[in-house]
Amino acid sequence: MILGIASGKGGTGKTTVAANLARAYGSPAQLLDCDVEEPNDHLFLRGPVREQEIITIPVPQVDASLCDACGECSRFCQYSAIVSLRTTPIVFPELCHGCGGCALVCPQGAIGETERRIGVVETVESENVTLMQGRLDVGVALAPPLIRAAKARMRRETPAIVDAPPGTSCPVIAALRGTDFVALVTEPTPFGLHDLTLAVDMVRELRIPFGVVVNRVGIGDDRVHGYCAAEKIPVLLEIPDDRRIAEAYSVGSLIVDALPEYRGLFMSLIEKTMKLKCAEIGVSAGGYDENQA
Amino acid sequence: MKIAFTTSGETLNAPMDFRFGRAPKFLVYDTDKDTFEVIDNRQGVQTAQGAGIQAAETVARAGVDSLVTGHCGPKAFRVLSAAGITIYCTGAPTIAAALKDFRAGKLTPADSVDDAWQ
Ligand code: SF4
Ligand code: SF4
Repeated sequence: MILGIASGKGGTGKTTVAANLARAYGSPAQLLDCDVEEPNDHLFLRGPVREQEIITIPVPQVDASLCDACGECSRFCQYSAIVSLRTTPIVFPELCHGCGGCALVCPQGAIGETERRIGVVETVESENVTLMQGRLDVGVALAPPLIRAAKARMRRETPAIVDAPPGTSCPVIAALRGTDFVALVTEPTPFGLHDLTLAVDMVRELRIPFGVVVNRVGIGDDRVHGYCAAEKIPVLLEIPDDRRIAEAYSVGSLIVDALPEYRGLFMSLIEKTMKLKCAEIGVSAGGYDENQA
Repeated sequence: MKIAFTTSGETLNAPMDFRFGRAPKFLVYDTDKDTFEVIDNRQGVQTAQGAGIQAAETVARAGVDSLVTGHCGPKAFRVLSAAGITIYCTGAPTIAAALKDFRAGKLTPADSVDDAWQ
């Protein structure tokens, strides 16, 4: 089971939910931090870095002796990363997205590949949790390929939690694609509701079953709950606005470690997502309809 | 010979725009015929990355020999140089003033990226 954790904006407690869930499993679990511009799950799940893998993308390398300056590569590339003005092309590796298209369209077979480093994936062991975090190199703006590289390192047999970057942009979609269920974290405020509706549109588009986690219940109003009820979206977990939670957070402690009474709450989220996922599979695989049973 | 000027306007009295990649327009002056045409750089203005490269492609396609602008970035400089376009940097307020300096031989070609990026 791969559980995605996302939110329409930053600062809703997404990291808190992801890190605490991973610990609450008790048994071995994987956590993927896909916020590759600013990974922060490691602040709560501390441990030795077991491995650091360098991630590269292929960028074109032109063999000038084969190139006849036709300009096909340049016309194809939508990122202006390879430019030919009736000349052997100039390559700008920092603009290249590594799609490989220019090599395919080159009629002379003059384009080969060379590797360009974009970041690393680090593996941290923290008790029951194997944390894998992508980290983009400074000045590199290619989050999706790094996220895909990090996800490729997940082991299928161990439960996994994918902590997506905040928002609803390409990197978020790269992180959530292929997850079995998504928990959208929000706060019970008008802003929280607004960002939640954007996130809901996104996961519906991706056709991934999902539910909502309401963090800091008690600070705002009940419009998020009203919206979920109207849209038939399950509320998976409600985390109260508890001063002790904020205190634990501020010193980098996990709620489930500092306040063991919350362990059951996080466990219940894991159980609910599994049940909902099974129901979903039952419906789509067997044509089983609850209303008929 | 054709010279491209970076500008926000459409006449010789229009102000120079000192950015190359994100200048709204290029005025291309033909010194043989004493005529000019205006080319839109909307694509370059709107693109997130590689604006200078796209602008360089646009002026190269217009068949210019020289570019007169405020400054131009390293990527655009490489593309323009590869296309055989000479780059001149100026602080002249209008296209007419820059053209006058150009004709009087007062502008010196930028022959390195640093020259072009002052
Ligand atoms: S690999 Fe793709 S992005 Fe990179 S230069 Fe070639 S066409 Fe452009
Ligand atoms: S497509 Fe191939 S042959 Fe044509 S300009 Fe590009 S590298 Fe040269």
